[in-house]
Amino acid sequence: MVGFSDLKEIFFVEADELLSALESGLRAIQTGAHGGDTVNAVFRAVHSIKGGAGAFDLKALVGFAHRFETVLDDLRAGRLQPEAALVNALLLASDHLADMVSACRQGLETDAQADERIIAHLEVHAGRLPGAEEEGFTFDPLPLGGGFSFADICAPSERTYLISFRPHASVYASGHDPALLLRDLCALGDAEVKLESNELPQAGDFDPGQSYLAWTISIATDSSVDEIRKIFEFIDGACELEISEPNQGDADQNPIDGENATTHPLGNLAVLPQPPLVQTNLPESLSSEAAVALPTASASQTQSLIATEAPNLAGMSAQLAASKAAQPPSATLNAAGPRPTIRVDIDRVDRLVDILGELVIHQAMLTEAIEQSPGFGSVEVDRSLDQLRQLSRQIQESVMAIRAQPVKPLFDRMHRIVREASMAAGKTARLVTEGEATEVDKTIIERLADPLTHMIRNSVDHGLEVSERRVSLGKSPEGEIRLSAAHRSGRIVITVQDDGAGIDRNKVRQVAIEKGLISSTVELSPQEIDGLLFLPGFSTASEVSNLSGRGVGMDVVRSEITGLGGRVGISSQRGQGTILTISLPLTLAVLDGMVFEVAGQTLVLPVSTIIETLRPDNVLRHSLGNSDSVLDVRGRCLPLIDVGAALGFRTTLSPGQGEIVVVVERGDEGALALMVDGIRDQRQVVIKGLEANYGQIPGIAAATVLGDGSVALILDPNDLATVVSTVPRPPIQHAAE
Amino acid sequence: MRPSGYATDPDVRELVAFKTAGQDFCIDILSVREIRGWSRPALLPHAPSYVQGVINLRGAVVPILDLACRLGLHSIENTDRNVIIVAAIQSRIVGLLVEAVTDILSVPAAGIQPTPDLASEVTRSMLKGVVVQEERLIRLLDVAQLLPQLEDVAA
Repeated sequence: MVGFSDLKEIFFVEADELLSALESGLRAIQTGAHGGDTVNAVFRAVHSIKGGAGAFDLKALVGFAHRFETVLDDLRAGRLQPEAALVNALLLASDHLADMVSACRQGLETDAQADERIIAHLEVHAGRLPGAEEEGFTFDPLPLGGGFSFADICAPSERTYLISFRPHASVYASGHDPALLLRDLCALGDAEVKLESNELPQAGDFDPGQSYLAWTISIATDSSVDEIRKIFEFIDGACELEISEPNQGDADQNPIDGENATTHPLGNLAVLPQPPLVQTNLPESLSSEAAVALPTASASQTQSLIATEAPNLAGMSAQLAASKAAQPPSATLNAAGPRPTIRVDIDRVDRLVDILGELVIHQAMLTEAIEQSPGFGSVEVDRSLDQLRQLSRQIQESVMAIRAQPVKPLFDRMHRIVREASMAAGKTARLVTEGEATEVDKTIIERLADPLTHMIRNSVDHGLEVSERRVSLGKSPEGEIRLSAAHRSGRIVITVQDDGAGIDRNKVRQVAIEKGLISSTVELSPQEIDGLLFLPGFSTASEVSNLSGRGVGMDVVRSEITGLGGRVGISSQRGQGTILTISLPLTLAVLDGMVFEVAGQTLVLPVSTIIETLRPDNVLRHSLGNSDSVLDVRGRCLPLIDVGAALGFRTTLSPGQGEIVVVVERGDEGALALMVDGIRDQRQVVIKGLEANYGQIPGIAAATVLGDGSVALILDPNDLATVVSTVPRPPIQHAAE
Repeated sequence: MRPSGYATDPDVRELVAFKTAGQDFCIDILSVREIRGWSRPALLPHAPSYVQGVINLRGAVVPILDLACRLGLHSIENTDRNVIIVAAIQSRIVGLLVEAVTDILSVPAAGIQPTPDLASEVTRSMLKGVVVQEERLIRLLDVAQLLPQLEDVAA
């Protein structure tokens, strides 16, 4: 059974989705690209958050959402026009609502004054007097798990309503419980609840994902129809609800038109066979009845429940058989909902990834063992091994696809960053996003949020000029930040591009000299000057703004991206803008590696970085300076690195060593030639971090476990080149055994 | 893990005693995860001399420290008879390469004496105390001290 805290967590997860729907809806309204549905969707988002918040007794959130919703209602009804100022106020309110939700999630109190200020700001723009609430704000839902007393039911002198209530399957799917609604209803007066058991299918035909239950409630109460309707407010549109007053004649029928509710005339009820009565002792009998068809119950639970309810069901079956043919369960009509998805705890997927890693390792071990056994050579074994390899690769791709998520939610959050940053900096800017459907590993997405936020703020703060200056330069007054994502050769590339002033290299150089980061005599290339921006403690903004320019800037961005196995690049054109580029691996778990040997050690290179392998002529090697050498590859001179020496495994080459050269990509800086002793294999390797138990090693990206159970290090060629050029050759520490 | 009938007296500490470079050492049993035979580690570049490399411990990559070398004693010979004590030090898992595990001792807290001043600085900083048992002097290692320099290297 789902616990209360789990329900709350579900609420917050859903609230996040609703908030992002709210924000994108508002943005659509802002750009004018919306239909009537957009306003409705925006309204529903706020309304649902209010509803959920009410169930968890989050009063501040309910109050804010209610007033927000009131303004949206006016917008929906056409009483308000979506003018720019109003939409901005709405966006501000939606940002604040998001803050409130996240505060509630952490169990914090929200700042009541800020709440009031923002909502009042909105109401002023909506032409309402702040605080002037219509007909008193009486939203007071029953908190879940709250005590319910049947003592106060049944007051005399009330009117009798006949209510027919049929929830759709989506009601259960979204976590609502009709039992609670009925309980609320019973609290209004003397109620008699009847289960419409005639539509229950045969026990064998139960589909746990469907809703079969419907009730007829006759209630004597002094509450109005509106009050009754309010109880069902949260599932409006997801149920069939009909409220009538039989003693006032048919004319007074008051059907509620939920969006897709098909109201059927009351007359139908009269001819139905009388189902067993369920009196107001609801909690026990209703819950056991309801459990039979509750879609949340798993198949086995349902089975056992059916068993315990067997006598009850047997009594009904005759009636069921009679009515079933005439009336198919209503829930099946409702099947065409949104694309079915499931929420899975990320830990479960991670465990799957771990197990998969072990599977890949053991598959490699098995292959190795069979290849070395004397009986090897059988075609069947060979074929099976091949299939095993393919299958495990397919499983791996499928699991990775589960973890992969589009970058859209991440990009959507950046709209808010641009809004806030441009407001704080007194600039106007808009964010254009591209490639939002690009899918990336979830962990990478999560860890990208901070650096990306920082980069966007930087672009607004330092990149864009103020409107007046832009106009005088002949640019549009509104600055544009272009955020795009794309897959490129096994990596994901994210760019942040602004159309601002570009990097003032003289100023950057000046600041770097002032801060003692470089000496005043060095000559730097434009790329090197741009690279200074990534140095710790560098900040060019003359005045420190409250967003960026605190000196914790691009260096943090770079270290975070590097931590993900990625690289950051920057390029800039004076007067035209700056482009920041992040390039990241697609996944953090598995890579295609080339296994090779150096000085008796087994190492792995990511295949994605390899351009070619060759066995060069000695005449093509040229010494350069004391210890460096270059290799002439078809007229192109590449720096030549002996991997064994660079890693400190050896100082000199013995005959037969270093005869094979692997040419690898080196970021944006061209290629690199690596000398290795021999190439053994190409296979998938599972990435095992070294950080947890040891630490980062320069030139090494991670480790992996090979088929024979031994560990091999995975080289990071880009980093290796840096190690070689910056660190003096380390002395040899291990003699090759 | 604990032998049955283990006295839950908080004053009695259980220690795993082992030999390396001809000397007796022990560490608290609570930090020991397992004891396993030697397997050839993969070398780590730019590692200090006492880091022998890394091994695969059921999918986790675990560094192996030559304890004798770490304590400034002569490195031990690489033979198949050496054993690796897998220990949890803070949040890390580390393998300590030693010559042989000798004993599991139950020592009352009073039986642990402070390290004599005579010992060298390197040795003393890594010892919590000594235990004298049947004419043997067993040095109680402070496992947390084995690591800080490792972090320096790693950084």
